[in-house]
Amino acid sequence: MNLDYKLVRNTLVVKVKGELDMVIAERVRDEIDNRITENQIKNLILNLEKVTFIDSSGLGLIIGRYKKINSLNGKMYIVGARPTVEKILFFSGINKLVPIYRTEQDIINI
Amino acid sequence: MGWTIMNIKNYVRFEFSSIAENVGLARSCVAAFASQLDCTLDEIEEIKLVVSEAVSNCIIHAYDNRANQKVEIMVSIQDDRTLDLIIKDYGKGIVDIEKALEPAYSTDGSRMGMGFTFMKSFMDEMEVISKPGEGTSVQMRRSFLVRDQEAYA
Ligand SMILES: Nc1ncnc2c1ncn2[C@@H]1O[C@H](COP(=O)(O)OP(=O)(O)OP(=O)(O)O)[C@@H](O)[C@H]1O
Ligand SMILES: [Mg+2]
Repeated sequence: MNLDYKLVRNTLVVKVKGELDMVIAERVRDEIDNRITENQIKNLILNLEKVTFIDSSGLGLIIGRYKKINSLNGKMYIVGARPTVEKILFFSGINKLVPIYRTEQDIINI
Repeated sequence: MGWTIMNIKNYVRFEFSSIAENVGLARSCVAAFASQLDCTLDEIEEIKLVVSEAVSNCIIHAYDNRANQKVEIMVSIQDDRTLDLIIKDYGKGIVDIEKALEPAYSTDGSRMGMGFTFMKSFMDEMEVISKPGEGTSVQMRRSFLVRDQEAYA
């Protein structure tokens, strides 16, 4: 599987691995959505440290989870995106909805 | 643009079945071919992105995620610095091309409508030829600096 999970109280931390295209995006979407419902998750941190590529299917995954978390009055963050991935996130404007931080620790410190 | 074999320095042509797993394969193949152009790693990443967008569109939109349909790719180098890319399907086609090319336009509510915007932004030229019921061909071109020469210019 291309993901790791960690549950910190009502925050789900998901670490995705590999190339976040339509194949991975679909798998990750179902897995995240199931865990959000099962564990009464409010906030979501998407760790992209191990993501080497992202395209519009990956962006669609992010926006979809953002809408879901938003409807639960939670917060969503992205951490660890490498420069090539970050460039696409900024290009799409997704960073205006989902704040991007270097590390998970940076979110706790704000 | 078009496909005239006469002036071509090198080309690769391949076709594959419309399954999601082949999107990554298509990306890697084109990136490997493009690497003979002496372009930067960032530029290779951009080529991978546009291939991913065009091929994903064939599978998702043209064929509505049906497997065993044909996607074709033709990639060529005209001179030392220009990459031509054609990605073609025989799917449902696009009724309103102008609308489809608008940023943030998508016929799928769960998508962002970014695909064509990426293709337009990361390539120098992009042309979409489509006929409802017959299919779509996306042709793109990008020129890269020949760095050795231009460094001394
Ligand atoms: N090969 C194709 N065959 C049929 N329709 C297509 C094809 N490519 C694109 N389209 C149509 O054009 C629209 C815009 O495409 P574009 O790639 O920009 O956005 P998207 O695929 O909907 O979303 P995203 O690329 O962000 O996932 C699509 O929603 C679809 O209706
Ligand atoms: Mg698309």
